[in-house]
Amino acid sequence: MASVPMHQGLLLAGILFALGLTGLLVRRNVIFMLMSLEVMLNAAGLAFVVAGSRWGQADGQIVFLFILSMAAAEVSVGLALVLQIYRRFKTLDADAVSEMRG
Amino acid sequence: MLHLLWLIPAFPIASFLVLAIFGRRLPRKAVPVFGVGSIALSAVVAFLVAISFFTSPPPGNHFTQVLWTWIDVGGFQPQISFYLDALSLLMILVVTFVGFLIHLYSAEFMLEDEGYSRFFAYMNLFVASMCTLLLGSNLLLLFLGWEGVGLCSYLLIGFWYRDPVNGLAARKAFIVTRVGDTAMTLGLFLLFDKLGTLQIQELMHRALVQWPVGSTLPVVAALLLLGGAVGKSAQLPLQTWLPDAMAGPTPTSALIHAATMVTAGVYLIARTHVLFSLAPSAQMAVAIVGAVTLLMAGFSAVTQTDIKRILAYSTISQIGYMFLALGVGAWSAAMFHFMTHAFFKALLFLGAGVIIESLHHEHNIFKMGGLRKEMPVAFWTFLAAGCSLAGVPLITAGFYSKGLIIWDTWSSARGSGLLWLAAVIGVFLTALYTFRLIFVVFFGEAKTKVSKRPGPAMMVPCVILAVLAVVAGFVETPAFLGNIHVFTDFLHKALPVITEGPARGMTEFGSESLVTLAFLLGLYFAYLFYVQKREYAETLTAPAISKALQRFWYSDWGMDWLYERVFVRPILWIARVDKSDFVDYIYTGIALVTELFYHGVRKTETGRMRWYAAGIAAGSIIFLAIVLFL
Repeated sequence: MASVPMHQGLLLAGILFALGLTGLLVRRNVIFMLMSLEVMLNAAGLAFVVAGSRWGQADGQIVFLFILSMAAAEVSVGLALVLQIYRRFKTLDADAVSEMRG
Repeated sequence: MLHLLWLIPAFPIASFLVLAIFGRRLPRKAVPVFGVGSIALSAVVAFLVAISFFTSPPPGNHFTQVLWTWIDVGGFQPQISFYLDALSLLMILVVTFVGFLIHLYSAEFMLEDEGYSRFFAYMNLFVASMCTLLLGSNLLLLFLGWEGVGLCSYLLIGFWYRDPVNGLAARKAFIVTRVGDTAMTLGLFLLFDKLGTLQIQELMHRALVQWPVGSTLPVVAALLLLGGAVGKSAQLPLQTWLPDAMAGPTPTSALIHAATMVTAGVYLIARTHVLFSLAPSAQMAVAIVGAVTLLMAGFSAVTQTDIKRILAYSTISQIGYMFLALGVGAWSAAMFHFMTHAFFKALLFLGAGVIIESLHHEHNIFKMGGLRKEMPVAFWTFLAAGCSLAGVPLITAGFYSKGLIIWDTWSSARGSGLLWLAAVIGVFLTALYTFRLIFVVFFGEAKTKVSKRPGPAMMVPCVILAVLAVVAGFVETPAFLGNIHVFTDFLHKALPVITEGPARGMTEFGSESLVTLAFLLGLYFAYLFYVQKREYAETLTAPAISKALQRFWYSDWGMDWLYERVFVRPILWIARVDKSDFVDYIYTGIALVTELFYHGVRKTETGRMRWYAAGIAAGSIIFLAIVLFL
């Protein structure tokens, strides 16, 4: 199995991260923002895996497992918050929920 | 026995602590046990010490008891130590004994008052401070007692603190005496700086060695100490606090006027007499202050209508006599008058308290009258004290003490005819206002009904003091009347003998005769105006000029008016104008800049999460760029 060159893998990870960040910044729906966050997390995970395969070590994949479990935990908390926001404000617009301004 | 000396101030302090801490929880009957008992014990110890002092005099006729070193900083080592000689022994005897009688009187007088234990706590602290002042062997300990006395006078004058007028009078007393105290503090600094010690005896010795007579330093030091004495003893120009100090309970007035407080200034000058002898001009100033004060206060007393204010002005006037005596170098005569004055003035105030209590707290003498038959004991005791104050010849103590001062004013090397004349006019005024008071209050028709009669605890001190007010003078009589010199012989162990000047063509007999004449004249006018022909007094005061004069004297020669305009109002004005103190601008400026930043930064806190995310992203990029490319 021919290995993917590292710079291509990292480029992909970078593009994915940038896409995720853009999504996070432009989307107003909280659910979509969470999804963008997932994309960013997975981009970071991909970078780890690519680096691991470059050096022929399992560390990258282990860290990806950590990231995966952390993402699961984050989403569960995030979705619970989304539910609460929807109950209170009857909207999922993140900009509408700006009561803590200075 | 002399080693018991420390107990004299210790008893009142202990009692003060007990009353101050547990006073509210003590039953009412237990309060006087502590309050009066402690002073009684002090008086007993004072008597024991006196007996021991007389029977087996300590070497050099003085005794020092060192308790411990108070402060020890770089060669400055004031000790808590007590110094006993003839002068402090006399003062301590009078203070504890008269103080005890006043406390005994207060036990009944203040019984109904809700601040019963508080009153005794203050009074005990007052006596303790005065004892510290008298016994202190260095000027710093003396100053501690001095300030303690000032504090207690403040507390007691403002005792009925619910009335703002009393609080104002208390503050006035405190602030006015503080002016004098500041001068005295400067004097202490000067003495320590130049002579390197505050131990009084050592200080006097070094002053004698180092300073020639009449040089600048002793004059400045003596004048600064005089400033302190003038404030405490209510002499010109700081006498304005004393008449207002009548706001306190009457036993307080008795204590302030007779035993403690106002005589502190006289004691200070007598204690540092070496310094004043080295500074003839400062001593002259003492005499002039005394003479002018005794005349001014005498004129004021003649016009007052409040019984306690008459007595207050008479105190100022009598302390003026003591200052006059100190000023002409008649140290013992001043102390003699201090002693007799303590007896009769305490009695006058206690008698005034009895009268005021009996007449529904009436202070105006013209609403009293005819009390001679209603209250015979009060009348006879008050009469004895009044006669002593006015100096009824031959039979009263006041005659002998005042006569001695007046004769010394004439005969002393530092006296003069003018000072003598002022003192004799003072006798006339004293007789006039004293008998005006007695005639108006006790003779004529009764105007207010007597509602309450005092009990034995109030009358016994009065009777004891009445006896003393009459007989205390026989320890010192002029040459032509027995020539007894017990008192001055005793005091000459501590104070120098008066230096006689050249004979000036009048004998002691002549001086005493003229004093008697002045007294009789005052008595006659008082009788004429207030008993025989009441209308004479009205005709005399009818013209506009005499009305104006009366108002002028009534307001203490406009001193309060003057001080109000010269000191009080400008200071209040400055305070009002500079309410927003310019120094504050620095601090408000800092606050303003901070607030400006706050308003700027606040804008970034939008509450929009996406902005924060963008901020974090941008920040991270910038940070990475800095790390990677710089």
